[in-house]
Amino acid sequence: MAYFRSHILVCNDPECMEKGSMQILETLKKEIAAQGLSEEVQILDTPRIGACQLGPEILVYPEGFHYVNITEKDIPFLIEEQFLKGRPVTNLLAPEKEAKAAELGEPTTKEVRVVLRNCGKIDPANIEEYIAEDGYAALAKVLTDETPDSVIQLIKDSGLRGRGGAGFPSGLKWGFTRDAAGDQKYVVCNADEGDPGAFMNRAVLEGDPHSVVEGMIIAAYAIGATQGYIYCRAEYPIAVQSVKIAIQQAHAYGLLGENIFGTDFCFDLDVRQGAGAFVCGEETALIKSIEGKRGEPRPRPPFPAVEGLFGKPTNINNVESYANVPQIILRGPEWFASMGTEKSKGTKTFALAGDVKKTGLIEVPFGITLREIVFDIGGGIKNDLKFKAIQTGGPMGGCLPEDYLDLPVDYEELTKAGSIMGSGGMVVMDEETCMVDIARFFMEFIQDESCGKCVPCRVGTKRMLEILTRICEGNGRESDIELLENLSLEIREDSLCGLGKGAPNPVMSTLRFFRDEFEAHIFDKECPAKVCRALINYSIDPEKCVGCTLCARNCPVDAITGERKETHVIDADTCIRCGICKQVCNYDAVRVT
Amino acid sequence: MTVNTKNDRDFIKTADEAVDMYHSKREELIPILMRVNQQLGYIPKEAMEHISSRMHIPQSHLYSVASFYHMFSTQETGRHIIKFCESAPCHVAGGREVFEALKEALSLEPGDTTEDGKWTLMTTSCLGVCAVGPVMMVDEDIYGNISPNQIPDILAKYE
Repeated sequence: MAYFRSHILVCNDPECMEKGSMQILETLKKEIAAQGLSEEVQILDTPRIGACQLGPEILVYPEGFHYVNITEKDIPFLIEEQFLKGRPVTNLLAPEKEAKAAELGEPTTKEVRVVLRNCGKIDPANIEEYIAEDGYAALAKVLTDETPDSVIQLIKDSGLRGRGGAGFPSGLKWGFTRDAAGDQKYVVCNADEGDPGAFMNRAVLEGDPHSVVEGMIIAAYAIGATQGYIYCRAEYPIAVQSVKIAIQQAHAYGLLGENIFGTDFCFDLDVRQGAGAFVCGEETALIKSIEGKRGEPRPRPPFPAVEGLFGKPTNINNVESYANVPQIILRGPEWFASMGTEKSKGTKTFALAGDVKKTGLIEVPFGITLREIVFDIGGGIKNDLKFKAIQTGGPMGGCLPEDYLDLPVDYEELTKAGSIMGSGGMVVMDEETCMVDIARFFMEFIQDESCGKCVPCRVGTKRMLEILTRICEGNGRESDIELLENLSLEIREDSLCGLGKGAPNPVMSTLRFFRDEFEAHIFDKECPAKVCRALINYSIDPEKCVGCTLCARNCPVDAITGERKETHVIDADTCIRCGICKQVCNYDAVRVT
Repeated sequence: MTVNTKNDRDFIKTADEAVDMYHSKREELIPILMRVNQQLGYIPKEAMEHISSRMHIPQSHLYSVASFYHMFSTQETGRHIIKFCESAPCHVAGGREVFEALKEALSLEPGDTTEDGKWTLMTTSCLGVCAVGPVMMVDEDIYGNISPNQIPDILAKYE
């Protein structure tokens, strides 16, 4: 691989592309050539810089300068200053706080990058850059020095557990598939990252696809598979593209196909896309979808390890699980097991979203506390409001209150607290969030995504949604809390798959920790967080109103009256509580009670 | 996505192209339907009939698959499709207000198409760009960090 003294990364996220980042890329190339720097400076496009609202944006390494709002006419000057005179162009540098909003910024001291180590640092579309970072060295080691059984033992020793959420020991799963009877076996990568707020797998597939491909080839060797599939959701077009390029390149380098590394081992890999069905993240539903059918789950056993894709033994792991595998082989299972807690080893990626100052991707060792994640890594709550809850584990997870902030994050501890690990979405909520509204919101999602095959999930979630909706609308009944609790237990007990069994979790956890809010909605007809429209009123503070008429002009239903320079009044009967007046008021004069 | 005037012949042609592209393998049914849906904006009955006869799959089965996945539409859609992200991070970041403004601006409920055939409003599951929520997609364009008052400007960009 050629050596370059500097690298320019150009962001190719959709938002930046819309702002012309591809033209910037072309102009950069021309200008670098014009100033005679083609041998010294490499230009790459990357999906991950993260301040797209200020795009087009570029990063210059090794210095790490982050330039934003670049126009084509800035480029000659920028290149001359940066690469010939060696000084940054300060007026194009990203403002400090915007740089922190990056989806994947520099790791903080609490973070450890294993799965995300290459993301944003190498060109995902160039296999040589992956190889330069010890890529495919683990595969070479496995194919030449290890037997399938010893590979499985290595994975068992490392303590790696399924990163898709359930946390089943990966080595054990591989062993089951290897031991299952059958000539044809498959490996499948579950890249149907459907949990709202979770985008860890997208980052890996877009930023370091070869780590997943390599992990899958190693798994295929261990279990004796000759064909693999990556099932990626269609909502991730860039990830699909990135994986396809990676597979093509691996083919061209003889790392996929016949006689890999000159051994007898043959393995091929294909990409399959979903078409927008959350339940397809469930492994039996995913298998149906790859076969071209409705993605409905089926009861287990038989588990996919025995009877999976096309009825053959199939090993299914998540993107992050596979991405860990090459590192475990290279650095040894002891290294991996040295991170984390007694039963949860290694690191976990999380997508931190919601009301924290720094949203984005993080990777932390297991055992870190929620407080460290929210306050040390996330920088605390936006607008200096109070922390209220953190939702972990996606729509089937739970909301944990302040008392649980010192909980160490691992599979068992989260389950004990009434939430789950899930795939790694974390949504932080501030004091202005209504927990009943959140419970209703998650139920709406689950009810919508219920595939309809089994009654408890199909009908039960619908009934729960109706109850939650009437509570939010101020029509809650005295018996509603008990009814929700009973329904929760029955749905959890009787549903077919994980989606149904987990469906009541958001309601059960909010009922457990925020019961007083439910009671306030039902008995006092009040929404303490001032969110539920039927239970709040907008009015104008006469002390603060200067009569600028802005609210009256913006009100969609003309509910606000008042003369210029005089206090305005909202007519509560006409008001539809859309909140636009509060948003537009420059004097903070609109009150919510 | 540009959808031109459609007639039966286009439907059949699009269906043929999609089937040929994927070698009419049974397990490629979803990519085939996806291709048709992308080309035509939805999967018309005529295309489904044609795929059924070419792939020897019962029409009932095709319909069951086409109606299962959110990204497939069996009804004609507008020239532009708006997909609003209805996921928690966008919701927490003020997505509800934006969605209300959007519904108001278009006088549409999710799943419906305007009478002039210009807009179809849909909701979508998480697009994975939660760091810039609330997010919506118009055709292939993603808009992040949107507020209710930006809606008219965004809509005005489309013919």
